[in-house]
Amino acid sequence: MTDLTNLTVAAIRDGHRAGDFSAVEVAEAFNANVAGAKALNAFIVETPEHALAAAKQADADRSAGTLKPLSGVPIGMKDLFATNGVQTTAASHMLEGFVPRYESTVSQKLWDAGCGMLGKLNLDQFAMGSSNETSYFGNVISPWKRNDGGNAALAPGGSSGGSSSAIAARLCPAATGTDTGGSIRQPAAFVGISGIKPTYGRCSRWGIVAFASSLDQAGPMARDVRDCAIMLENMAGFDPKDATSLNMAVPNWEAALSSDLKGKRVGIPKEYRLEGIDPEIDAMWDAGIAMLKDAGAEVVEISLPHTKYALPTYYIIAPAEASSNLARYDGVRYGLRDLPDGAGLQDMYAATRADGFGPEVKRRIMIGTYVLSAGFYDAYYTQAQKVRTLIARDFEAAFGVCDVILAPTAPSAAFGLGEKMADPLAMYLNDVFAVPASLAGLPAMSVPAALNREGLPLGLQIIGKAFDEQGVLNAGLAIEERAGFNARAEKWW
Amino acid sequence: MAIDQATVRKIASLARIAISDAEAAAMEGELNGILGWVEQLGEVDVTGVEPMTAVIPNSLRLRDDVIDADPLTGGNRRDDVLANAPAAQHGFFGVPKVIE
Repeated sequence: MTDLTNLTVAAIRDGHRAGDFSAVEVAEAFNANVAGAKALNAFIVETPEHALAAAKQADADRSAGTLKPLSGVPIGMKDLFATNGVQTTAASHMLEGFVPRYESTVSQKLWDAGCGMLGKLNLDQFAMGSSNETSYFGNVISPWKRNDGGNAALAPGGSSGGSSSAIAARLCPAATGTDTGGSIRQPAAFVGISGIKPTYGRCSRWGIVAFASSLDQAGPMARDVRDCAIMLENMAGFDPKDATSLNMAVPNWEAALSSDLKGKRVGIPKEYRLEGIDPEIDAMWDAGIAMLKDAGAEVVEISLPHTKYALPTYYIIAPAEASSNLARYDGVRYGLRDLPDGAGLQDMYAATRADGFGPEVKRRIMIGTYVLSAGFYDAYYTQAQKVRTLIARDFEAAFGVCDVILAPTAPSAAFGLGEKMADPLAMYLNDVFAVPASLAGLPAMSVPAALNREGLPLGLQIIGKAFDEQGVLNAGLAIEERAGFNARAEKWW
Repeated sequence: MAIDQATVRKIASLARIAISDAEAAAMEGELNGILGWVEQLGEVDVTGVEPMTAVIPNSLRLRDDVIDADPLTGGNRRDDVLANAPAAQHGFFGVPKVIE
């Protein structure tokens, strides 16, 4: 019998529909893989009973002829989405033990579509990190190893590192992610899977633990482009409970998938050719350009002149919004309370927040507090918001001459755990290619393109015009078909 | 502009995060590294550029003027609201005494 855990979302959906297997068999197979992969630390909470209940319902629905779009598909849920009755922590001590009494819009949509939940996936604390090393619940380990015979534990990327590790290790066929400055795309690239951040506002933020609200956007991670399209269709949609939700119909992205790029122009931003970058990254990028030409696209050089300012802009705006959003954790209404003997209210706030937040979260709250404080607001925050306008204008001008933009997802392959933790700035620089599209609110995806000389996956990024997820998915599909990436991590866990 | 440890302690106080002297010392270097790096934004000419307020053009909506139109976000959910409170008492959030 085929290994059900090696099937894609589309194959599970279609096979279940055709009666090739039961949803319960699928759920049990994935539950077993999850239970056997503790060494990866991808899950904070496992919910095999949720996956099984949804599977039983899917099998009953099949008998009754009332199948839903994703009946029989079990998924992983990033532990940033509030799930009714299931602990939701954002990988923080602050929210350890927090059990929401409501369901996030995105997760509710997936349950309504027939999905079951295998568990809550580990992440960087409050989604702040690029290596999944800031989680209160321990590092997530990538299933990948370098081919140098060494045994170094590698980062699965971040912040959606539990999602990326679990999909690459066949613990779930797809998972939710969130992307504030690359947190879907970079982890997808690090483990050789696909992931798309849609246009800002496509997926409701309601019920997602807030990090930087003008940037936060949910999206799917899965093994291929089709699965990303299927998942996104079932996550996106207008939600009156999110003030920035887009009131637009959700296109049928899967049905319109096409890798024929005739008549499409692909922009290659010259500012993304970084001096001193690993030549393998540039070589992969050049190979991607050739693939898109082969698919019929015309390639044009473009300029995004403010690219070098994107990261510093991001590291003002995101911490500023985070310092405001995370002010809610005060030890009064939910989450941790640390009340030293004889302490008053102010001391309780300070003790609670000192105890409940990890070092990276504190660092960002402090930066954000400083750039928003009287006397510095204009010099830092207003200036960053102005540069953000210029970065968005760069993209607008570029999309006058091209339909999609092709770039690397990250400037390196996965690095080893601990290699970058000593220097926060070095870690931030890993998001150099991912952050500009976030600042401009544009849809962007990563698809696996190649293995480097260490045997580790590298990803290509496609950035599209606002609302043009289809163009992004189609270019991603063209690369997927030509790259023929089918490498997977050898099981050691 | 470099910040000193007194400024670090001031920021921590504004952010309501208790820090030790050792933490303040460590953070002084880290924050100066990050702030020194973001200061390069000062060299960008932003004359006549409006600060971004919405990344995707979108207008704010008004909800229907109906009480509890959405049961999830409407009223009468006191027990749900208090369910995760560290010290709920008599249907309220409990806090330490604030009278000096």
